[in-house]
Amino acid sequence: MTSVAIPEPAPDFTTIAPDNWKLAIAVGLAVSVLAIVALPASLSFWVTGAMAAMVAAAFVVNAYRRHYYGGLLVAPAIAVLFVMNIFPLLWSLGLSFFAYQSNQQSIRFIGLRNYEQLLTNELKAPELWANLTNTAMFVVLTVSAQMIVGFLLAVLFAKQFPLRKYLLILVLTPMMLSVVAVGVFFSYYYDPTFGLLSQIIKAWGGEQFILMSTKAGAVAGIVFADAWMWSPFVMLLVLAGLVSVPKYLYEAAAIDRVSGWRCFWTITFPYIRGLLMLALLFRTIEAFKLADPVILLTKGGNDTMTISYHVIRIANEQNKTSEGAALSYLLLFVVIVLTNLYLYVANRRSQGT
Amino acid sequence: MAETTSFWERLGFRKASGVGEAGWGHTLFAAIVSLIYFLPVLLIIITSFKLQTEALAVPPKFLPTSFFGLIPEQFVFTPTLENFTSVFSRAYVAGGAVESTGFDRFFFNSIFIASTSVLLALVIGTLAAYGFSRYPLKGNDTYLFIILTTRMLPAIVVIIPVILMFRVVGLAGSYLGIIFLYTAFNLPFTIWMMKSFFDELSLDVEDAARIDGSSDAKVFFKICLPQVLAGLAATFVFGLILTWNEFLFALLLTGVDTRTVPVAMNQAVAGGGIGVLWGLLAAIETLFLIPVFLVTFFLQNHLLRGVTFGTVKR
Repeated sequence: MTSVAIPEPAPDFTTIAPDNWKLAIAVGLAVSVLAIVALPASLSFWVTGAMAAMVAAAFVVNAYRRHYYGGLLVAPAIAVLFVMNIFPLLWSLGLSFFAYQSNQQSIRFIGLRNYEQLLTNELKAPELWANLTNTAMFVVLTVSAQMIVGFLLAVLFAKQFPLRKYLLILVLTPMMLSVVAVGVFFSYYYDPTFGLLSQIIKAWGGEQFILMSTKAGAVAGIVFADAWMWSPFVMLLVLAGLVSVPKYLYEAAAIDRVSGWRCFWTITFPYIRGLLMLALLFRTIEAFKLADPVILLTKGGNDTMTISYHVIRIANEQNKTSEGAALSYLLLFVVIVLTNLYLYVANRRSQGT
Repeated sequence: MAETTSFWERLGFRKASGVGEAGWGHTLFAAIVSLIYFLPVLLIIITSFKLQTEALAVPPKFLPTSFFGLIPEQFVFTPTLENFTSVFSRAYVAGGAVESTGFDRFFFNSIFIASTSVLLALVIGTLAAYGFSRYPLKGNDTYLFIILTTRMLPAIVVIIPVILMFRVVGLAGSYLGIIFLYTAFNLPFTIWMMKSFFDELSLDVEDAARIDGSSDAKVFFKICLPQVLAGLAATFVFGLILTWNEFLFALLLTGVDTRTVPVAMNQAVAGGGIGVLWGLLAAIETLFLIPVFLVTFFLQNHLLRGVTFGTVKR
């Protein structure tokens, strides 16, 4: 028999005990607010930090005494994510309600004006709309290209054949390259004078070929580079699904003379569906943030501006921090709605069958 | 008959489980496809052996040798190692003194920062994933979704408050700051991935061990962890690849001493106003590719097995 220790009862609100987290929160909040009001920023930061640590310690002791192992195990991760991700995110959410530029001292509360400007201003609204449609176009094109190419490559490598290990690593290499190098070298391949693409077309009797001169060409160039780089990611996930299908299922199907097409949909597909969904989810999230290839290949010219690059421009190059933050929260809203919709559909599907 | 590993089998000519087996015909087809896919990388590697004039030659010079006169001379270049030596030290002005470029430091930084933060994320993330999997909290899915949300915003939005925060605390340009940030950057993927591995484990073994009197810690270290080793390897490789090449955070948060290779590479691209030095850039990228290529190659078997094990329902 395991000895199940009976958890101690929680301490009263007023007792000073290391596991009294309610009191810790109350004291922590009061001291932090006082510190922020009364002390200079560099000092109050540390006071607030110490209070946060105290509350965290109270939570840990509390979880340990009452056997909340779940909370205890998750705590370090939540703490790191809170400090480095969630807190900065909330900070920038707050900034989006202010008029603030990172190169100026002044800051003033303007409520929802940033959002209102982005959505209704006659200069900014069409720009936002154009960037959104461009981003949507890139998401659809790059993700579908990655899914198709990745899937086909996975099918190619699903069988066991001589030298497979060595050929597989060749296909995986693009994913390991630095984004900067991929962008710069694709601009080298696309160069009208000494680029490979242009020279091949010239050798076949064509003119000097300037890929980036039309929107279609520029988009194709960016999509090609991005899809080339990230298809191996999809491939790896799909391949993992393909090799996990038990062999006896195929053997049984062969005995029953099931057609190849039906064999795929009834045997293979259920095994790779979860991984396809995971690949689709992660690639879509990343595709919404597409910026580096655009920066390096077209600098947003030829109407290839994406919303993520637009945010970088506003927030970093023009120092309009709060406007950039507002814009990214509009983007986050779109992504969250889409992801939730997607997870909902995916869950319903998997429960339905 | 006793199974022995022959020389050929060690070279990769081995039979193993899979969706089926195919012969050399399939190898030939796969080799053609892989080489076409690998071509842009191969061109980068070839460029790293070229001088600037050869890199910009029209028609392009593809090959380092004419294969005894089979290939016309105009497509052949003389390979040089100059780019590789000038990665680490070169004269900035023609005829000037040869100075160190500091790239040895940048390579050390990249290796140190990437490996430390990925390992740290792996430790913290694995614990959290185990917690999410075995001791579900109230609103478990909501927590997991919030963790995923942190990857959805453009990095630039997260980075501005982080820069302000680091300046106040004095972490700007330090190893600690960037390692901490990368750890957070890797956590969401690590948690999602490792949770799906733990979800797949059979609970019977763990319950049996508990009944025999094993402590919770012992169950985790002696029973669960050994079963997800492959998953740890897979997550490590994915995290390493992403962190190794991360650019924006490194650009804005590393100082002169802690600069990583992608940032330094970007500066080398822009350097000097004489256009991009293609050979040099290619040499940097080639050298930069080697460590992560080797790690992926040696963990490759785990990578496939690991992902399989983790995400497919039995």
